[in-house]
Amino acid sequence: MGRKLLLEKAHVEGIRHYDVYRREGGYRSVEKALKTMSPDQVTEEVKKSGLRGRGGAGFPAGMKWSFLAKPEGVPRYLVVNADESEPGTFKDRYLMEFIPHLLIEGMICASYALGSNRSYIYIRGEYWWVKEILEQAIQEARNAGMLGKNILGSGFDCDIFVHPGAGAYICGEETALLESLEGKRGNPRLKPPFPAVKGLWGCPTVVNNVETISAVVPIVNDGGDEYAKLGTGKSTGTKLISACGNINKPGVYEIEMNISVEEFIYSDEYCGGIANGKRLKACIPGGSSVPILPANLLLKTAKGDARMMTYESLSDGGFATGTMMGSGGFIVMDEDQCVVKHTYTLARFYRHESCGQCSPCREGTGWMEKILLNIENGKGKMSDIDLLWDIQRKIEGNTICPLGDAAAWPVAAAIRHFRDEFEWHVTNPSDALSRNYGLANYAKPLEVVTTA
Amino acid sequence: MKFSDDKLKQVDELVAHYPEGKQKSALIPLLHFVQKENGGWLSTEAMDYAAELLAITPIEVYEVATFYSMFNLQPVGKTIFEVCQTGPCMLNGSDGIVAYIYEKLGIRPGETTADGLFTLKTAECLGACGYAPMMQIGPSYREKLTKEKVDALIEEGRKKLN
Ligand SMILES: Cc1cc2nc3c(=O)[nH]c(=O)nc-3n(C[C@H](O)[C@H](O)[C@H](O)COP(=O)(O)O)c2cc1C
Ligand code: SF4
Repeated sequence: MGRKLLLEKAHVEGIRHYDVYRREGGYRSVEKALKTMSPDQVTEEVKKSGLRGRGGAGFPAGMKWSFLAKPEGVPRYLVVNADESEPGTFKDRYLMEFIPHLLIEGMICASYALGSNRSYIYIRGEYWWVKEILEQAIQEARNAGMLGKNILGSGFDCDIFVHPGAGAYICGEETALLESLEGKRGNPRLKPPFPAVKGLWGCPTVVNNVETISAVVPIVNDGGDEYAKLGTGKSTGTKLISACGNINKPGVYEIEMNISVEEFIYSDEYCGGIANGKRLKACIPGGSSVPILPANLLLKTAKGDARMMTYESLSDGGFATGTMMGSGGFIVMDEDQCVVKHTYTLARFYRHESCGQCSPCREGTGWMEKILLNIENGKGKMSDIDLLWDIQRKIEGNTICPLGDAAAWPVAAAIRHFRDEFEWHVTNPSDALSRNYGLANYAKPLEVVTTA
Repeated sequence: MKFSDDKLKQVDELVAHYPEGKQKSALIPLLHFVQKENGGWLSTEAMDYAAELLAITPIEVYEVATFYSMFNLQPVGKTIFEVCQTGPCMLNGSDGIVAYIYEKLGIRPGETTADGLFTLKTAECLGACGYAPMMQIGPSYREKLTKEKVDALIEEGRKKLN
């Protein structure tokens, strides 16, 4: 069993409450940081830990913190990104729902390191009950003197507020998030300036994912070097993976980044294998934006090595034969699933979520959705496949924010690895309506459901 | 629309989450509150009132209200079924749930039953992929749906009326 740093205590009875959490060793890192360390020393430990952002991009957290501008007399802010809307991702919710004080504890340490006296959690509006859990936990921490003025006599003041969104994936993009937090539409900003210089209300701001900030607790407690001993290479520590799709045991797992993808899918400790005794067809291992891989490339890299659950190994081979760790949203598809249909639902998702500022993204996502639906419904032409390829290429890299890329990549990867399946839809239009292509044209007949 | 003193106090609490002069930041939390008080949707009157409460212009409120999917700009049924239909839910049969609701209530996504009791919507990923298929009803999630569970939810919705 791998070590658990975040979820170890998540199921202790009553852990949602301050007293139990404290009794189980909670808030030690706050005591240690505020009483015995300088803010820069906290940042230094985070740097040493090698912790990489858990929101999707994997940017080193300590480095991000050290970029924070510190002009005299200007407030600085820490904003935690709990927007969690990337299809396949539901790990932050789990953390906040079961062990909310861990995030709050991490936020106090991070706020101290960054000099934020007022920190925010931006949570997607649909997670309303989680917002209430957090607010209760924050109130308990205030009552216990862990938040507020002069925390533990250190002279450091800090308070935390929860800010709900209202249904918009794009608000997970950090500058859109800041716009939304300012009471505006979630339109991403042009960068530079980066939030580290001009963020919330024009002040220097660090935006980090829920899991990233929670990992600061074990880093402060045990030291960055200890944290870096877990995992492999530049993939240090543990990672939460939210596993879903056609597996026996969907759920959130904390893994040490040293196990293979095969072990993760098939071992009973994690996904427990493919549901209903079926075979693995494909997987999107890091949330909907990262490339889909067919089973063979998922389990082994093009070089023939076992593929591991690490940032480096998942991206081994680049986009030609690899994928990405992304947010850790692990979507597994069995032999009876249709890649065209799945890709269509993702294209629809991105069309729905595009903020509309850039024409390649606004128009391109709509085109991709329409073409994919046509192909899925047996109304596509061979030239549509090339048209799709062309559209995704014209979006990628030509937009204000990475949502454009995120919409393009899944389509590109689906065509790259499953072109035969797209072609089959075109050449067998009537079959496409009654059954799926499956692993190689032998999927069970579809149960045809009529939806609008 | 006019809030009681008690409600106005709650509005003040929302505004107090932000620094002096940044009260516009309270807009999204405030619109959630106003929508709840206004029977689940935002009328022009309700949005104008929100603008007044934050001392911002109505257009600033409309801009925001039209951007986010959780704000309803039209009256809605007493119970709204929002069925997630994105990839991971699709893999686990969300189409079947939408079809079953149509079979039971005769409404397709975007429609409300004639008695105004139920509205069916489809939603994009709600962050419950491991517990699919699922739907959101008001502030709560209903996960690992089956036909039987949908039946029970419809019963629950009917009881709410009485
Ligand atoms: C379209 C889009 C959606 C995103 N959604 C999220 C999200 O829901 N949660 C998150 O933590 N990061 C999300 N990100 C990444 C953030 O922009 C940002 O990189 C991240 O919050 C930084 O935190 P980290 O370094 O701790 O990962 C998203 C990015 C894009 C482009
Ligand atoms: S890429 Fe898409 S979502 Fe991002 S700013 Fe442009 S239009 Fe908006």
